[in-house]
Amino acid sequence: MGDNDVGEQTALLSLQHASKAFGAVQALEDVSLDLYPGEVHGLVGENGAGKSTLVKILAGVHSPEAGRLLVGGRDTVLSGPAAARDAGVAIIYQEPTLFPDLTVAENIFIGRQPLTTGRRIDGREMHRQVSAIFERLGVRLDPGRIARGLSIAEQQIVEIGKALSLDAKVIVMDEPTAALSAVEVARLFRVVETLREHGAAVLFISHRLGEVPQLCQRVTVLRDGKLVLTRPLAGLTTDDLVRAMVGREIQERAAGGRSTGEIVLQVERLTREGVFVDVSFDVRAGEIVALAGLVGAGRSEVATAIFGIDRYDAGSVKLGGRKLRRGSPTAAMAAGIGFVPEDRRQQGLVMEMSIAQNVALASLGRLGRIGFIRGAAEQRFAADWAVRLGLRYGRLTNPASSLSGGNQQKVVLAKWLGRNPALLIVDEPTRGIDVATKVEVHRLLTELAAEGVAVLMISSELPEVLLLADRILVMREGRLVTELAHTEATEERIVAAAAGGVSEEAA
Amino acid sequence: MTTGVETPLEVAALDTAGTRHLVDLVFRIREFGIVAALALLVLVTASIQSRFLTQTELKFILQDTAIFALLALGETMVVVSRNVDLSIGSVVGLSAFVSANVFGQVPGVPIPVVFLVGLGIGLVCGAVNGLISAVGRVPSLVVTLATLYIIRGIDILVVGGGQVVASSLPNSFVLIPNESIGGVPYLAIVIAAVVVAGAYYLRSYRSGRELYAIGSNPDAARLGGIPIAKRVFTAFAVSGAIAGVAGVLYASRYGTIDSTAGTGYELQVIAAVVVGGVAIFGGSGTAIGAALGALLLNTIISALYVLGVSPFWDQAISGLLLITAIALDRGISVRLTAALRKRRSRLGA
Amino acid sequence: MAPDPNSTPAESASATAENQPPRVGPRRMQALLRWESGLALAAVFVVLFGSTSSSQFLTQHNFFYLCLNVGEVALMALPMTLIVITGEIDLSVASTLGMSSALLGDLWTHGWPMPLIIVTVLATGAVAGAFNGLLVTRFGLPSLAVTIGTLTLYRGIAVIVLGPSTISNFPGRYTDIGINPIPHTGFVSYSVGFFAVLAVLFGLALHVTPFGRTLYAMGLNKDAALYAGIRVKRTKTLLFIISGVVCSLAGILWTFRLATAVQDNGLGLELNVVAVVLLGGVSIFGGKGSIVGVVLALFVFAALQNALFLTNFDQRALGIVTGALLLVSVLLPSAGSFARRGRELLRQRSRRSRALAEAVRP
Repeated sequence: MGDNDVGEQTALLSLQHASKAFGAVQALEDVSLDLYPGEVHGLVGENGAGKSTLVKILAGVHSPEAGRLLVGGRDTVLSGPAAARDAGVAIIYQEPTLFPDLTVAENIFIGRQPLTTGRRIDGREMHRQVSAIFERLGVRLDPGRIARGLSIAEQQIVEIGKALSLDAKVIVMDEPTAALSAVEVARLFRVVETLREHGAAVLFISHRLGEVPQLCQRVTVLRDGKLVLTRPLAGLTTDDLVRAMVGREIQERAAGGRSTGEIVLQVERLTREGVFVDVSFDVRAGEIVALAGLVGAGRSEVATAIFGIDRYDAGSVKLGGRKLRRGSPTAAMAAGIGFVPEDRRQQGLVMEMSIAQNVALASLGRLGRIGFIRGAAEQRFAADWAVRLGLRYGRLTNPASSLSGGNQQKVVLAKWLGRNPALLIVDEPTRGIDVATKVEVHRLLTELAAEGVAVLMISSELPEVLLLADRILVMREGRLVTELAHTEATEERIVAAAAGGVSEEAA
Repeated sequence: MTTGVETPLEVAALDTAGTRHLVDLVFRIREFGIVAALALLVLVTASIQSRFLTQTELKFILQDTAIFALLALGETMVVVSRNVDLSIGSVVGLSAFVSANVFGQVPGVPIPVVFLVGLGIGLVCGAVNGLISAVGRVPSLVVTLATLYIIRGIDILVVGGGQVVASSLPNSFVLIPNESIGGVPYLAIVIAAVVVAGAYYLRSYRSGRELYAIGSNPDAARLGGIPIAKRVFTAFAVSGAIAGVAGVLYASRYGTIDSTAGTGYELQVIAAVVVGGVAIFGGSGTAIGAALGALLLNTIISALYVLGVSPFWDQAISGLLLITAIALDRGISVRLTAALRKRRSRLGA
Repeated sequence: MAPDPNSTPAESASATAENQPPRVGPRRMQALLRWESGLALAAVFVVLFGSTSSSQFLTQHNFFYLCLNVGEVALMALPMTLIVITGEIDLSVASTLGMSSALLGDLWTHGWPMPLIIVTVLATGAVAGAFNGLLVTRFGLPSLAVTIGTLTLYRGIAVIVLGPSTISNFPGRYTDIGINPIPHTGFVSYSVGFFAVLAVLFGLALHVTPFGRTLYAMGLNKDAALYAGIRVKRTKTLLFIISGVVCSLAGILWTFRLATAVQDNGLGLELNVVAVVLLGGVSIFGGKGSIVGVVLALFVFAALQNALFLTNFDQRALGIVTGALLLVSVLLPSAGSFARRGRELLRQRSRRSRALAEAVRP
């Protein structure tokens, strides 16, 4: 166990020498973790390092084969999620699961609503309690509004509110910032600070290593199921963290120095009522253009409009000089556009289909004769791309759901690269992906550009944007407000353009 | 059915607390809309054909609607949990015959006992549905489709070649639908009260809200520790019991019962429920809305009859109405979600 | 389980087993084959049952009768299979049949030439299907609710068109299909003849062509299919149109077979069609199923009905058999996972008690 600077307190939660295996795979081996009141504890590690297994053990979903769990100093066996809740442990997942048709207050109190005479639900009391919780957290959210339409950031706030209402003392946040904009991340951090002040322990898991020192006091690094280190963050650099996670140095080469060719994509005055207005830009062959901005600025919507998934009301899209028919993904694909969507599980892959089938999904017509699919051709196609992209899988016939996040993203990329696109649009290329695969994806995108593909990248991760993009276009509230060349771009300038003059406290 | 959704411009002018106002309004609007449509319908029809507004005519409509409104309550409980009960028509048929038969088998049997028999039959059928759906984790569409067949088959076997004739039933039983207070059928009042009670339960009691939760997001419900199997089982059991009681009411209304009693009722009830604002995939809608939906559909049929439209047009018009209701529902919810999203992005979240 | 983009392969594999019966990759093939083998076995049993309970079962005349009875349902089951695989459902099939029948009768009484009537009726079926397709794709309405609406609407149109009339003066050479099988086949009715051809076509389309692959993709994940450039809306509309045409064809055949056009032709038949499709192993959730399974299920269904008829079982109560078959078809796979869940539960509990015992040891 690492040393700690939080004094002689009893740990709120103490996992001691826990091990867990799934079949032949040892997911966790002799891992110990202590969480003290008033601390935010970072948990980092590559994919497969064991973070999610650890979270599931704390959530009561899995039970360790060896080791013990002490909650509040007492030996505890968590028989399920309900037991974890009773023990005061709350998990905030990356994608919160709320009830869209119920109100925020009901979402928080479902199953435990305060009662009045005759065991009827006391709506007013429920509302009052929820308002009090939100005030404690320092956020403005109407307890009476239905959950449908809440942004992910707001949904997380509701989940945190729920955790508080359950008197959770240990709050585990699993990649909470992956889908959040900079403003929302700042708000979340403030909320976490409040939790800290109230004596809770927060376990903060993130792939965005830059955030960990901002928020956490101590950090634990896992690698291959084993504990590498647990120590205060003072004096640790991000490189140190990466080295501990990976066990080796990771070099990233910066962008720039690429020659660009003809204009491939021409977007002129693209408008969609209430979503984006008057958006114009070009992307050349061999160029990586990044669309930066806050979540909700309209970036993904511009991308889906270009690809034809959504329609637009005015303006035009030209590919290779020829006007592209609106609202038709088929036309976009025929013109040579590939589109890697934001949500790879929901939009990028058919999880139950095999890896090979997923890779082939956009190229079905080309893999057989006279309208018949040839299974062998399909397998070969997928195998080729698997090698080229360094895909790690069991068998090509395994379902896509059996892959890790990073490998799933590679499958989606393979699907589109298999069509030799002239323009590749990628929306959040490395969201929720481990560090090593992230580097591979970055390298791949750079190589693609070097081969002459035009790349339009949407990303909320500024380090990634600064690393890869030749040009950075910043959108704010549906408009393109700034264009920055690689040489003149800094995080501050991007954020300033993205957030503009909008006041921060927009609950 | 009115829409009344604000334009994005108006929505943008509302602040955060205003969102609840907007949502509440639309929420209420469904029941509002149906009542408004009803009022409009009655007035227009009455202006063309004044005999529509007579006591007998209105009493007729209420009698016709009573059974469907009751069935709509049970179906609502099932549908909000993202299930469906297709077997209620068969249950009505079986319960109608068996309970009416009791009068012949046990002379002088008190009427409440007969009601209990019907309720019991329905409860058993509902429990079977609930058991297989909830515990067996089988999609309820399939389960209740199967039990629709099976129960109807049992009904056919039980009825044999015979039927129950109205004249064999005691007067006091057959006259139940006719008894009225001040021109309003007693039965309609009782059923209205039951529906209101049911709606209140769904709105104000934990287990009721959990039914909505289950329909709104089954995964979250499971994660959240909601006893899904128990709730869904109960919903089906209640739906069955209600169908059983409805069967007895059927017997008292129509008197003559053969093996075709109740055929097609499930589709009519689902139509009423959807028109009444209950989402077919669960999570929202009220029993009151569903009952009003039944009332509206029945009133339209009666209005058409009074206006001299050939009854041959009834079915086609019902079909069109159902489609319109679903389309409108969808239109409203799409506008609402878009408005909410635009409002949020405008505030720069 | 909440989406977990970082779960290890091992965890994901165990997670899948926890929740649903597997229906992916090589396991999917196995599961499917198991289902069809089960159906084949059931078919054998039914034939055994039929032949032992009645001497008339294994005769040509009886098989012809069997074909006549199931022909229209069989036809309608084919497009229904494709529709259910894409995650939708079409409950208006029997009403389209009835509407076509009514139209057929009505146009005949108005003296139209039969070939023209047939073309018109098929065209009407296409329009009916297109209407369904439009509502589901363009308006984005749930097909379950919409087709309950069109079920009522189309039956209502049948009522309007024909009223209480019964038309039965069709020319003999058409109504002949209800009396004689296709020449040289011994017992194959015309309806089953049409079915056989269409079954091959649909089977090839579904299992071998890219088009068929897109249907499975749509049923499993509509969004991913859209984002892969699959024309979901167009395909679904096409399927509904095909369903409409096939149902009109069934309506024409039904009318000629019974030599009668009346407004309640085929009333309630949609439930039979859905039952047969589900029995054939097609998942109500979409994304899984095969034509072979449905063909086998049709045979089991028809043969069972037929065998029971020969034993003087009350025909109208045959619904019990259909319902029971349906229940069995959905409970069996769940029974497997149910047993698995039970075992897992017991294993977990014993592990916990062991862990607890360890923990409290001094």
